[in-house]
Amino acid sequence: MDREIFVKLWLATAAISLFPLCSIASSNSQELLQSNIDIHNKASLRRGARLYMNHCAACHSAKFMRYERLSKDLEIPPEIVMSDLVRFGATRLSDAIPAAIDPKVGEKAFGIAPPDLTLEAKYRGTDWVYSYLLGFYKDSNAPTGYNNHLMANVAMPWVLASLQEATSEAEFKDQMRDLTNFMAYMSEPIRPFRENFGKYVLGFLMVLLVSVRLLKNEYWRSLNE
Amino acid sequence: MSLREAASNLVGWVDYRLPIVKTWKTHMSEYYAPKNFNFWYFFGVLALVVFANQVLSGIWLTMFYVPTAEEAFKSIEYIMRDVSSGWAIRYMHEVGASFFFIVIYLHIFRGLLYGSYQRPRELIWIFGMFIYCLMMVEGFLGYVLPYGNMSYWGAKVILNLVGAIPIIGEGLQIWVQGDFVVGSATLGRFFALHVALVPLILIVGIFLHIVALHQVGSNNPEGIDIKAHVDADGNPLDGIPFHPYYTISDLTPVVIFLILFFACVFYFPGGGGYFIEPPNYLPADKLSTPEHIAPVWYFTPFYAMLRSVTIDSFGLDAKVWGLIIVSGAMLVLFFLPWLDRSAVLSMRYKGWPSKIMLMLFAVSFVFLGVLGAKPADWAPAWVAPALTTIYFAYFLAMPVYTKLEKTKPVPGRIGAKSG
Ligand code: HEC
Ligand code: HEM
Repeated sequence: MDREIFVKLWLATAAISLFPLCSIASSNSQELLQSNIDIHNKASLRRGARLYMNHCAACHSAKFMRYERLSKDLEIPPEIVMSDLVRFGATRLSDAIPAAIDPKVGEKAFGIAPPDLTLEAKYRGTDWVYSYLLGFYKDSNAPTGYNNHLMANVAMPWVLASLQEATSEAEFKDQMRDLTNFMAYMSEPIRPFRENFGKYVLGFLMVLLVSVRLLKNEYWRSLNE
Repeated sequence: MSLREAASNLVGWVDYRLPIVKTWKTHMSEYYAPKNFNFWYFFGVLALVVFANQVLSGIWLTMFYVPTAEEAFKSIEYIMRDVSSGWAIRYMHEVGASFFFIVIYLHIFRGLLYGSYQRPRELIWIFGMFIYCLMMVEGFLGYVLPYGNMSYWGAKVILNLVGAIPIIGEGLQIWVQGDFVVGSATLGRFFALHVALVPLILIVGIFLHIVALHQVGSNNPEGIDIKAHVDADGNPLDGIPFHPYYTISDLTPVVIFLILFFACVFYFPGGGGYFIEPPNYLPADKLSTPEHIAPVWYFTPFYAMLRSVTIDSFGLDAKVWGLIIVSGAMLVLFFLPWLDRSAVLSMRYKGWPSKIMLMLFAVSFVFLGVLGAKPADWAPAWVAPALTTIYFAYFLAMPVYTKLEKTKPVPGRIGAKSG
């Protein structure tokens, strides 16, 4: 009886303590679109890589991402990487992705130097990046003619405006999902492998769990007799 | 000569020169532990497991990490991308740090629950608190090393706090950070302390903690002294040899722990922004302050106390008062064994006031932790001081409520009907 009250008491303590923790977990101030990326979808990553190299790498560097890695992970033959993706002063497969413009020049041109994007998807989260890319709208007061829902008075020119106009809304969303997916990959190239490999480690530990439990029963049997 | 004989000869040879057999017996095969350990008793062993993980993964990281302002952040990305299995080692170290604190908080809570700090285990508790303080230092030093933007600004906030100490503060701050600003000099010394000095002292602390424990023996959920009833050989009737019983049964919680741990390493390595805070994906930048500077989650209860004072008074800065309160909050824990005047150990036999105070204490600590993770204006200004008051009330009122409350009679033997 007393024991029961005691257990209830500490369950109550745990429940009360967990309550504010939940509020931590669900405290997202901004309404973001869901990116629903699939980091294991290589075709999507390859499309994203192309979009990134064609439209973003002019201004943004990705100084921790090497072409070589990209070629291997996304299964793009090195010749194709060399001819289609390596540019802006990069000459070798082992180079990291540079920006075409010098950050100082970028700062002069846009007021803010275009930031390095290698870890952007980790810093802001993929939903944020996706929402940002879909968040540009026409604004005649903005110097570039475009503004952004997530970043008021954004300094980045909306470089995909013509692409957005030329494609259907659904198709453009898919492309932005591919681009976001690629940025997620770039922020942590090991992630697809990590998620696959984790299954084997956890599977092994489950088997180990059963065997150590059986071992314990074996040892403790004599004690209980 | 058979293999078995050879082995036994070897043991004999060593034992003649080094007391391995006696040590094994004293601490393992003839160390009698209460037979009724429960869930709460797993966390000591788990703390050893995470500590081993931190040391091993940490040593690997030192092979590639570069402690300079220019290279630190880059070297971490190098580990994550170019060092083979570097990502796994780094995640094990980083997730391990948070798991270490989860385990230690539960380990300490067990102590509060079963009166494990009470006579005759005061020294075990003191060594434990000493370890806990060192762990906080170790955690802080480690968090600065990757030199992300939160590393930088977090270090600045804490070092400026040192600078706020009257008279000696300014000089002390410069001495600790090794320069007029946080930079390469700071990283160099933090690295040395984080990988060498603090872990060395921790190892000594853990050693003393366990030797002291084995000297008096473990407490148990009933708070019954098992040494009071012994058999003809002098062994406790309610005890069982630690080896093989607990060495084998501890494997289960260890494996369950590893499952949770590796689930995080492989599927949740950033801990939802709580193990690695998002600004730490940007390199340190002295021109760009993160929107909201918060320490890692395991410091947040103390951070909330630090911020709870907002007005200067008695000629001292609010910051200094915050510092005094936090130091008090840590210091008072050391005195716990002498604040508890109860005749019984376990919460099972203590009175209602003790139970309610422990519950209030636990809840206030968690709420303080939430406050500390949020911007200062997230909750009304009275909340943090109120919770801080509850925190201190648990300790400062303890001599009174533990002395006056009605306790229940403790049975002499484990498993006997409680009266
Ligand atoms: C003409 C140069 C230019 C091009 C091309 C460009 N950007 Fe930008 N980008 C900028 C500038 C400048 C900023 C800084 C905006 C600010 O802080 O207001 C920026 C900011 C960003 C940010 C926000 C960074 C942050 O967290 O503060 C993201 C994300 C981003 N760009 C993604 C992209 C992507 C994806 C592309 C390719 C479709 C791209 N950019 C192409 C110039 C460019
Ligand atoms: C590196 C950190 C630590 C390690 C490796 C460690 C290890 C252990 C181990 C192995 C035990 C025996 C098993 C158990 O009772 O759970 C133990 C017991 C104990 N520890 Fe720790 N500990 C650590 C930190 C602490 C801290 C921070 C405290 C609190 C101040 C603490 C207080 C105690 C107490 C009071 C006991 C005796 C418990 C009892 O007999 O009921 N320990 N510790």
